[in-house]
Amino acid sequence: MKAKILFVVLLVALIATACAAPTAAPTAAPPTKAPAAAPTTAPAAPTAAPAAATKAPEPTKAPAPTTAPAATSKGTIKIASQSPLSGDQASLGEGIKLGTQLAVEQLSKPLVDLGYKVEYVPFDDQAKPDVGVANAKNLVTDPDIMVVIGHLNSGVAIPSSEVYKDTDLAMVSPANTNPNVTDRGYATVNRVCGRDDVQGPSGAEFAAKELKVKSVYILHDKTTYGQGVAEFFRDTAKTLGLNILGFEGTEEKANFDPILTPIKAANPDLIYFGGLYPQAGPLIKQARAKGINSILLGPDGLDSSDFAKLAGDAAVNTYYTSVAAPAAAFPDAAQFIKDFKAKFNKDPQPFAAHAYDSAAIALKAIAAVAKDAKPTRKAVSAAIRATKDFKGITGVYTFNKNGDPTIAKYFFIKVTSGDPAKWDANPIAKTLEIAPPEKK
Amino acid sequence: MLLYVAGTVFILSALVLILGFIFRDIRTDFNLLERVWLILPQVAVDGISAGFVYAMIALGYTMVYGVLEFINFAHSEIFMVGAFIGAEVLLIMNSAGVLGAVHPLILLLLILLFGMLGSGGLAVTVERIAYRPLRGAPRLVPLISAIGVSLFLQDAVRFFEGIWRNEFYLTYPTIKFFEQRIILSSTIDFSVKSIIVILGAILMLVILNYFVNATKIGTAIRAVAQDRATASLMGIDVNQIIVLTFFIGGAMGGAAGVLFGLQYNTINPFTGFIPGLKAFTAAVLGGIGNISGAMLGGIVLGIMEAYGASYLSIFTSGAFGAEYKDILAFSILIIILIFRPAGLLGQVVREKA
Repeated sequence: MKAKILFVVLLVALIATACAAPTAAPTAAPPTKAPAAAPTTAPAAPTAAPAAATKAPEPTKAPAPTTAPAATSKGTIKIASQSPLSGDQASLGEGIKLGTQLAVEQLSKPLVDLGYKVEYVPFDDQAKPDVGVANAKNLVTDPDIMVVIGHLNSGVAIPSSEVYKDTDLAMVSPANTNPNVTDRGYATVNRVCGRDDVQGPSGAEFAAKELKVKSVYILHDKTTYGQGVAEFFRDTAKTLGLNILGFEGTEEKANFDPILTPIKAANPDLIYFGGLYPQAGPLIKQARAKGINSILLGPDGLDSSDFAKLAGDAAVNTYYTSVAAPAAAFPDAAQFIKDFKAKFNKDPQPFAAHAYDSAAIALKAIAAVAKDAKPTRKAVSAAIRATKDFKGITGVYTFNKNGDPTIAKYFFIKVTSGDPAKWDANPIAKTLEIAPPEKK
Repeated sequence: MLLYVAGTVFILSALVLILGFIFRDIRTDFNLLERVWLILPQVAVDGISAGFVYAMIALGYTMVYGVLEFINFAHSEIFMVGAFIGAEVLLIMNSAGVLGAVHPLILLLLILLFGMLGSGGLAVTVERIAYRPLRGAPRLVPLISAIGVSLFLQDAVRFFEGIWRNEFYLTYPTIKFFEQRIILSSTIDFSVKSIIVILGAILMLVILNYFVNATKIGTAIRAVAQDRATASLMGIDVNQIIVLTFFIGGAMGGAAGVLFGLQYNTINPFTGFIPGLKAFTAAVLGGIGNISGAMLGGIVLGIMEAYGASYLSIFTSGAFGAEYKDILAFSILIIILIFRPAGLLGQVVREKA
């Protein structure tokens, strides 16, 4: 009997380990790089709720502490970020994390001079809404956290920002493109990127006018983001007179045969896929193997070198619209790319530069209201919304009353090589600057 | 067996053709009936090759259920580990530069061997650690333990691949031989890969059937399945037989994983979950515990899914799409279970003493 009880306890421990494993696995960030940064002044203040299974793993947190001279101390100001650091979208999420981290290290001097200690705390939302909200509930309880940079997925950002709103915690997003992120009109929610109700339609226009296609088959991944952008694409494609041969959603990740067979029979000029690269890669690979030669067009979810890795040579003749071009496309980002490479030993991922700018806007706003004493979250939110003509590395930002940038850039990029190493060399076919649509 | 496959294909084809005739006015932009007819052969081929993958995984469920009357939910992860082992072997050979030099069929045998040994070994380990100590416990307990093991394995693979490769979705290297397509006509063609899957599955079924029904060990396995206590009185080492069953079931899962990876190229630690669930359904559909039943259930399920996914959106003008294919498959499962609770080929299993 005792042995049995012992065993059950062991089993529970085993399962607990299983559940804890993701936290121990900073899949995208090998811990080997951590020690290079700063093992010295690691501030001993891991205040965020300890039980959080989703809390970002220790090794990834290590490099956060910045220069922080021990002069005076008016307290600590923390910059948080939320993005998927594990799961199949980790490669994009890690870009957000590392971009934010670099910004906090390079740009927190004004705050440090004012006598604050500046810390960076990354959270892993696993690209799951429930995890994002759980993290959000956790991080709002830490009064030192003044701003959240993130998320990657609109479907995670929308419910999480409901939590931030309740405590006036500001959020600056480098990547969320769903209109609903800002259309709810919250004073705390901002973004530095474009919107799907521009991205989808402009993609349709690009397809009709630049690629000169006549018929299109639309697929999406049934998420807030993928289906949203696919619907915007469809609506505009209709008005432009494109022949829409099908509109379908799928959660399939491996076997696309049953979807591809009707597509082959319909023989569209273009397949539009509203979704992310982990699905789009295998999809296009299997489509090409089946002898489907249609052009593939997708939104910024396709923008990762992992897309080329998954699809191989099938990636050639794919286009994607993006709100974030490769960092190399921004003339002001040269120094950023150099620093990023030197520090993390890799090229910046698509949203890294935007995350850098998001954090830069936040740090500047905090510094503006933190002259005398530690600011309230409400003051920080107001200061961020008041940002005017902020010159970042990806553009000049002014927020409108909803938190959208008054002018956002949209890029149309052609994939020319199946080699992941050459991803950043993909040429930009076209760039547009469009203001967000007026909210009705 | 073949009769059942042909029958399913025939019935479903007739059904969609009739539906196509009835609804022929629904689409104005193309001739519906013609479109239905045009993709029919390709859909059937897709369905059969998907069905054989399910069938292979279902064999593992059935082996274990037949002996222990317990559903090994960790089987989907054992399948997934098999797929990973196959990918790793190929990737390591690729980085060593010997991939192109080896004959593709030898390569196939090699990854199958590694995948089967690895998965079989894993299944045995899981049995030893998580199931054997619970053997006397109520049925719910090993079931929960199986779900725990399943979660553990997912994250263990994620962790391991994350550390080792700094990512965890692997792509099988392209091997030209398997990528060839045999083109029969403009509307129907299939790949060498799907032929390998189909042949592999049939071969496995034949060997397994022979092994269970015609060898001494097979007799022992059946004896243990029937009555564990009496079997042990007859001088059969029950533990050994159970370990063996797990090994065979695991090896089948591993082989299925390797073939799955080869067929669909991309795998990740969560690859096993959905096919595992489908395979479990297939095993129930065919009559759980029955080897031919598992095979049949898998194929029938695969074919139904392919038809559902390909035709739903055509018939409903896109209102229902491929996303509802699972509903179709599972509704048919429910209907079959209502009218034939033991499954298509199953016999009613006597309650164990």
